[in-house]
Amino acid sequence: MRRTQFLLLLTLGLIMRSVGAAEVTLDEIWELLQAQQTQITALTEALARTTTRLDATTNELVENTRAAAITRQHVAATADYLDDIQTGGGDSKTSLGGYGELHYSRLDADDSARDLTEVDFHRFVMMFGHEFSERVRFFSEFEIEHSLVKDTDDGSNGGEVEIEQAFIEFDLNENHYARAGLFLLPVGILNETHEPPTFYGVERNDVENIIIPSTWWEAGVGTGGRYDNGLSWDFALHSGLAMPTSGSSAFRIRSGRQKVAHASANDLAYTLRVKYTGIPGVELSGSYQHQQDPSQLGNDGLDEGNLLSIHGIWQRGPLTLRALWAQWRFEGSAVAAADVDKQTGWYIEPSVKFRVAQNEWGIYTRYEDLDGARTRDRFEQWELGLNYWPSDNVVLKVDYRNREHAESIDGGRDFKAFDLGLGYHF
Amino acid sequence: MRMRMILGMFLCLPATMGVAGDRVYQTPEAFVDEAFHGVPPAASALWLQPQLRTELGDILGHKPALRVRYWGAGSRTAWIFDEIGKTHPITTGVVVNTGAIEDIRVLVFRESRGWEVKHPFFTDQFHDVRLADNQKSDRHLLDRQIDGITGATFSVRSMKRVARAALFLHAHTQTSAGSLAQAR
Repeated sequence: MRRTQFLLLLTLGLIMRSVGAAEVTLDEIWELLQAQQTQITALTEALARTTTRLDATTNELVENTRAAAITRQHVAATADYLDDIQTGGGDSKTSLGGYGELHYSRLDADDSARDLTEVDFHRFVMMFGHEFSERVRFFSEFEIEHSLVKDTDDGSNGGEVEIEQAFIEFDLNENHYARAGLFLLPVGILNETHEPPTFYGVERNDVENIIIPSTWWEAGVGTGGRYDNGLSWDFALHSGLAMPTSGSSAFRIRSGRQKVAHASANDLAYTLRVKYTGIPGVELSGSYQHQQDPSQLGNDGLDEGNLLSIHGIWQRGPLTLRALWAQWRFEGSAVAAADVDKQTGWYIEPSVKFRVAQNEWGIYTRYEDLDGARTRDRFEQWELGLNYWPSDNVVLKVDYRNREHAESIDGGRDFKAFDLGLGYHF
Repeated sequence: MRMRMILGMFLCLPATMGVAGDRVYQTPEAFVDEAFHGVPPAASALWLQPQLRTELGDILGHKPALRVRYWGAGSRTAWIFDEIGKTHPITTGVVVNTGAIEDIRVLVFRESRGWEVKHPFFTDQFHDVRLADNQKSDRHLLDRQIDGITGATFSVRSMKRVARAALFLHAHTQTSAGSLAQAR
């Protein structure tokens, strides 16, 4: 090394002499080389230290990467746990739901003695369901009507506690089902779907109250099919009506509901429905029910009852039109003598929805025409109203009703009514 | 006669229940596989930052989970939701491509009514649907009306919420990495 440096110095000296450069002594060149050597040594040592630090950093990075992966796993597991808590277990097979409606009505009748102003929590309903397996499930609906039930001798307190649905449904295959238990009959529009946010009017329409006695449930067995083309059918064999044949409610359909409470099963009934929903916004449906003896008693002049109901729903954009017609035909000497062997009702209801300030509103009008068993159940009614949905499952309603009876004897019952309603579903 | 009919229906029940098929129309795995033509990407998780979680909650009507799992490749994403119809959850798969719905499908239906929503005559309405570009609204509504089915009101609403949620979340998977955190 020293020899090399000497030779280098000598060479530099000779070169500088030969080119006539300013004179630099060999000692100065030697000092310069030594200084550069010192720098090289220092840089070499610094590089070695940097390399060592880099190795350490690399190792740390590898460790941190591994730790980060573990942390991600822990975070994911924590998120799964918290999500499960929030959803009540995630895969819970039991469901809870309900709906309810509060009504305020002010009714001004032609006979002021029949005026009525009242507020009533008409329905408080809880629904429980459970999925036993992917193919077997339970549905139920438990209801309290009019807030309060008191145990009176004549049952005049007005409230009711009842089970409206409690059935097991089985999937037979992808398109067919069977059910057994207490279930809603497949008739009309409202009988199966009557949560307050789904219909207009504080009160349900009268055709599906008097002619089709909604809410109408029976006990029995049923089956049905649903197909890709939008066609479906439902058939049920079930307990029947027990219509009175005497008194103020003689031959009144609604009075025939037994509600599966120690219900007479002497005479069963069957119901068949065919429905088409293959075009979005369109529903066409027809139901037929037959009961051999709607009073459950023989030789009382009421021998056979047949219900035919058809309805159509058309919805396009904000416009909707509903129309329903239903008729009972009875056989028997007594029902014919009372001139109520044919009981008919129909209604038509156009409506339009619109948005105001990001919330949905709807305006509707409805015309009803009924010819029921009692004279008070024979009337025409016009109705106009508004629904406001502050949320999809909450509705505020207001409507005006004008009812005129067919027979003068009931003229005093003619009324104009103003109603307010609050409804919810969850 | 009617008692014989009842007895007959009950006796036939076990035999007919042996036939294959139930309301699981397609498994989520099969749906994702089909969405990506047999080469599904690995699942990703979109972690919901507070603002995102609030907006998604407004769409679904309930507080969502901390993260949402999805599958994405390029401009296409696939989502699986379990949202309540009337009383039971409906498992729905949605495929979104460049901000529009490419496919929406009921995978598992558990309700007693509203079955119509699983059929193409209803779901076809969602093809090419996007979120409405409405600066005045932060509700992330669809850009067109979806005609409903009377007896399936709640199932229809569930499908519409799911469609909105998928389009909303898809948009957030397409933004820069700085605005969301993803973990595979």
